[in-house]
Amino acid sequence: MNRPPLPPTDDELHAWVDGQLPPERREAVEDALARDPAVAARVAAWHAQRDALRRLHGGLLDEPVPAPLMGVLERRRAEAGRSAPWLRWGGMAAGLLVAFAAGWLGNAQWSGAPHAAGASLARAPAVREFVRDASVAHVVYTPEKRHPVEVAAAEQQHLVQWLSKRLDHPLKVPDLSSLGYTLVGGRLLPGETGARAQFMFEDAAGERITLYIGTLDAQAADAAASRETAFRFASDGAVPSFYWVDRGFGYAVAGRLPRDALLRLATLAYRELS
Amino acid sequence: MDARLLVEHIPSLRRYARALTGNAWAADDLVQDTLERACGKWRLWVVGTDLRAWLFTVMHNLFASQVRRRPPPHAVVPLDDVAPEQLQGGVDPGLGLDLQRCLMQLPEEQRAVLLLVTLEDLSYAEVAKVLGIPTGTVMSRLSRARLRLQELMDGAAAPNRPGLRRLK
Repeated sequence: MNRPPLPPTDDELHAWVDGQLPPERREAVEDALARDPAVAARVAAWHAQRDALRRLHGGLLDEPVPAPLMGVLERRRAEAGRSAPWLRWGGMAAGLLVAFAAGWLGNAQWSGAPHAAGASLARAPAVREFVRDASVAHVVYTPEKRHPVEVAAAEQQHLVQWLSKRLDHPLKVPDLSSLGYTLVGGRLLPGETGARAQFMFEDAAGERITLYIGTLDAQAADAAASRETAFRFASDGAVPSFYWVDRGFGYAVAGRLPRDALLRLATLAYRELS
Repeated sequence: MDARLLVEHIPSLRRYARALTGNAWAADDLVQDTLERACGKWRLWVVGTDLRAWLFTVMHNLFASQVRRRPPPHAVVPLDDVAPEQLQGGVDPGLGLDLQRCLMQLPEEQRAVLLLVTLEDLSYAEVAKVLGIPTGTVMSRLSRARLRLQELMDGAAAPNRPGLRRLK
């Protein structure tokens, strides 16, 4: 025989209404609700109140954002561009680096120089680890026929919300359809520095590529390299990938594709995400 | 700063601000101020932390300083501001008016807790962080807010509601 659980506190009744009650206390609350009509009535009233509040201005959630509010963002962007020319220079520099990487890929005789440029980044253990994890995750999950992803593309909104919550970072799924790739879905994976997300895409021929995302803890030693980088190409893993770091977040696009095709995908993903 | 990150949070900021201020214009002003502030103080957002919670923190701080600057004599919802079509279909518009009016009679700090928990599904700990108060205070304010709102609504549901509707 189990001992009857401790009766729930008021705070626990609120938590039950708000879906925040720890599972191990659920039984105690349900027991109290069944046993005590006064408690049941109180909780029912809170539920009704909660529903009414959520309906009250719920229509605003589906309304388009009013122009004046969008205007704030546009204006700020324009101001940032005027007052901080280095931002534009930064953007151009990133563009040049991408162009440079593309040029390098087309010119085998240059292959030595970028390698040296990438060396300091490659030395950063967190980044190296990240790229290796991306490659491993690609190799493990892309051959899956029945369960390539945890959440399928049909539930894209849920997928994005879920992974954003788990990574504690607002995520987006880049639209790669202009290059013939559509979303298969995504999954959550463990990483050295916390949760990682993998989005899988597929083209008409069934060729799969993955976008691997996660936070890179800027450890003191490689802080600079972990904060921001331009595109880098990694070919030493199980599958090649292009990767970059943006505001402490690492991104890797991996696939068994020629380098220029992979670069085009990575460039598009980068543009869609930034 | 990527403005697109902010855009997806605007609808929920608007809903919260509307319920908090009870006034469509004041609400969108508050959202606008929040966005301005967020853009200006973008660097204060710690990358990797919850952007939504940070935005609500920014909004709360602005709202709190507005309230401090000019305390409303008594919270009143101008009825013209709550057009029936702004209320959800299937809900008695009168009920929506009552609910918003009763909400406005709660002290601001209770209203904020109740709305953050109810509308935004923030955990009690997150609400505590947004409002800069201990979790225990969140719980006591939530409890008082629910009780008081219930009493107010029960009173408002009484058959006589003189002065609630203004004829134009």
